[in-house]
Parts: sequence; structure tokens; C-alpha cells
Amino acid sequence: MDRAATSARIAALIEPFNKKGIAIASETRFTDDLEFDSLTVMDFVAAIEDEFDIIISMNQQAEIETYGQLVDAVVKLQG
Amino acid sequence: MSEAINQPAPPLDTAAGAPDLFSRFDPLIQMRADLLASGVEDPFGLVMERVCSPTVAICNGRETILLGTYNYMGMTFDPDVIEAGRQALTDFGSGTTGSRVLNGTYLGHKQVEQALCDFYDMQHAMVFSTGYQANLGIISTIAGKGDYIVLDIDSHASIWDGCKMGDAEVVPFRHNDIEAMEKRLKRIPEGAGKLVVLEGVYSMLGDIAPLRQMIAVAKANGAMVLVDEAHSMGFIGPNGRGVAEDQGVLDQVDFVIGTFSKSVGTVGGFCVSNHPKFEILRLVCRPYVFTASLPPSVVATAYTSIRKLMHAGNKRAHLWENSRTLHKGLKDAGFQLGTQEPQSAIISVIMPDLERGAAMWEALLHEGLYVNLARPPATPANMTLLRCSLCAEHSAEQVGQIIGMFERAGKATGII
Repeated sequence: MDRAATSARIAALIEPFNKKGIAIASETRFTDDLEFDSLTVMDFVAAIEDEFDIIISMNQQAEIETYGQLVDAVVKLQG
Repeated sequence: MSEAINQPAPPLDTAAGAPDLFSRFDPLIQMRADLLASGVEDPFGLVMERVCSPTVAICNGRETILLGTYNYMGMTFDPDVIEAGRQALTDFGSGTTGSRVLNGTYLGHKQVEQALCDFYDMQHAMVFSTGYQANLGIISTIAGKGDYIVLDIDSHASIWDGCKMGDAEVVPFRHNDIEAMEKRLKRIPEGAGKLVVLEGVYSMLGDIAPLRQMIAVAKANGAMVLVDEAHSMGFIGPNGRGVAEDQGVLDQVDFVIGTFSKSVGTVGGFCVSNHPKFEILRLVCRPYVFTASLPPSVVATAYTSIRKLMHAGNKRAHLWENSRTLHKGLKDAGFQLGTQEPQSAIISVIMPDLERGAAMWEALLHEGLYVNLARPPATPANMTLLRCSLCAEHSAEQVGQIIGMFERAGKATGII
């Protein structure tokens, strides 16, 4: 799957967690802009993992702060 | 001390314009200040001035029933346990002043490790200076770079810290969710080492894990299994070995982690295992090597207590009676509890928020009852909980009193 398709699917997955309807851009930060708490992060990561059949370990999550970084990571993890 | 930590910090003007490293604690400092400003007694500043028995102490000048200790089996004042500690103090002195691998292994340390092997019917036992260090040491040492640790999201802090200290990839799954665990195990790259970390009893809500199913899934996916049985030792399972024993799967568990600071009634932690290479951990596990070993009196009290816990069937039965009575009493009174049925010696009462939880905690203290106030981030789903942990030494009469105290305090604070 190319980057654009991956990005579109992740954008759809963010929707139910984006309670304030913030516009998502590459620089959007999950904690600071979308105000994800640890439980939301867990549910959101699980949704992404199930969608793409990948693992995003907590070690990898620590490196992901923005939407753009997440898309990059998922593209890479799909191999 | 509490005065000093109550001050919401004025921004410290450091000469070079660098931020005050303590600024990160400001939200918590503010939260505490707000809570105490409401006039409530500090829930985290309780002092027990005298301890009369496993179930009664003088707290802040008041005689108080203790319902927030982990003294499940009431061993802290057992005459044999106390005598063993006294004798060891006299014979071996007040401390070892050394590591287990140098000058810190006394006869008592070997004896308590043998007692653990006998208690769990396992071949190896390794005693740490605290339960926290047991999880920290074992998890960080056995799962290394390229390995995967799959663990329950509600795991204890010591498990998380063990993960953080090691180099393995850390993959959490939703609490007690067998399917979520299985999915993650199946996605782990071929050839990677896998460790599944579970707990028998989860201490915040007092619920147990479906270990039989979870361990079957872990084994089917080639994982080693570590189970923390800190809150079940001594009274869950036919021999008090914990939830894995109770569910008939202890032989499938590679590592059991436990503690002396709950049912055993002193302090210390351990790991028991049948792994043939287990003993090498004594040389490579840093939280075992680079700290002083337990004092002789502590290992002597633990040894005596563990031996007695092997034959404590009547106490176990009474503790379960207490748990069932309290659960039913609080449920009937209208409180919202962490579990539908009593699953352990922990009965968790869910509070609407921290303010009312603290008010209820204080009202109970004034009634003469101590429970644990648990708040985020230690709690699942950001809940505020009043955690009640029962003791085999609570009399049926005390449990009745406790229910009455909860009813009065609950009405006074508008919780029920």
C-alpha cells in the first residue's frame, strides 16, 4: 500500500478518537493537539495494528509524536 | 514535609534561564493543593502511631480498623514469626551489609529460598530485597534486544519499569483480553523471543485473570510466561500458590513472581521457576546483584511465615468468608464495586471522582476505618477507588462494623 492510501486509512481510523474535530495535518501531535491520554493511545494503536496487521511496540510509539510520523512508521512496518 | 510539597511552585528564576526541573510536577502539586484546600485530611500523609494487631492501629490519634493493608493472612504479629525474627537478630545481627553474590548470603537466605521451593513445589527460588526489584530484575534481564514482551495494560508499575529498563520491544494489550493478546503474539516476527507477563490478581479492582485460557494461548504461540502472584499467595489455590494453581495451570508458568510484603507479612520479593538454567540469573540480574540483601531477621520471619502458610487452610477459608461478606454488604448498601462477585481479598469501591473519593476516605477515617485511596494514574480508566483489602484476622464482628461504617460515611458524603 502506498503512502497516500495508508494515510487515508489512518485518517479514517483517527475520526472516532478526534473528539474535538481537529483538522489533521502532517504536523498534528497526538498528545498536545488531539489530547490523547494513555488509554486513548492504547485503543487507537490497537485499531491501527488490527487494520494493518502490524505491531507498533511502545518503544516505537515513543518515537511517534505526529500524524506524519505515524504514517511513515506504518508504511515502513508494512514492509 | 507535607507543607513543603503543597506549595504550587512560583517559577524558579534560574540564572541561565534554564527551566526548573521540578516544573514538570506542577500539575500534581496543584492537584494536591486543590484537594487539601477543600479541608480534607491528607490521604497520603497518614501516620500509624501504634500498631495493635494486624487489623487495628492508632492512626492520627484514633483507634482505627485497618482495611487497607496487604496483610492478607495476618502474619505480622504471629508469635512464631516474631520469635524467629528476634532470634535471627540476636544470632546474625541487624543487617548483612552486602550483596547476595558477595557477603550477603546467610544461612537464612538459603533457608527461605528452600521454603519457597517447597511452598510452590518448584526447583529454583531467588529472593530479592523487594517485590518491586523481583519484577524489575527478572523482566529486564530475561527479555533482551529483539525479544518481545506482551503484557496486560493494567500491569503493576514494577512490571512496566522492568520493561522500561530492558531492551525488549514492549507490546501491551487490553486488560484480560485474550483475543487482543493472541493477535499481538501472532504478529511477532518469526524467530523473536516472546515473554507474556500476567498477574493473578490485579490489585486495583481486585479482579483475577483468566490464566488458564491466556497461558494456553501464550504457550501455543511459543511464549514463555511470567505470572505475578503477589496478591494471591497464601490464600488463592488449594495450597495458596495463587491463581495459576487455582486454575490448574501452575505447571505451565515459567516464572512466578511474588512478595514477602503481603501475605508473608514482612518485606522482600522472589521468583520461583523450574527453568533448568535459572540459577545463572544470580550473576546477571542487576537488581539482584547491585543491592544489599535482606536483613537476617527479615528472612527468618519470612521463612517461618511461609512454612506456616503451607498449613493455613482454616485461615484461608475465613478470609474468603470475610471477602464474601464485605462484598455483599457493600453491594447491598448501594456502592459500586470493582467486580460483580468477590474474586480475591481486595474489594474495590468505585468513587465518582477524586474530590468525593477523598471526602469519603476522610469520613471513613473519622469513623475509625482505614482504606486505601487509589487515584489516577495508578488506577485503570482514571478511576478513583477506595480499595479495601481484607485480612484473615478480621473477625466476623469487625466486618459487620466495617459495613456499618461504610453505610454511615457513604450517606454523609452523598455517595449512596
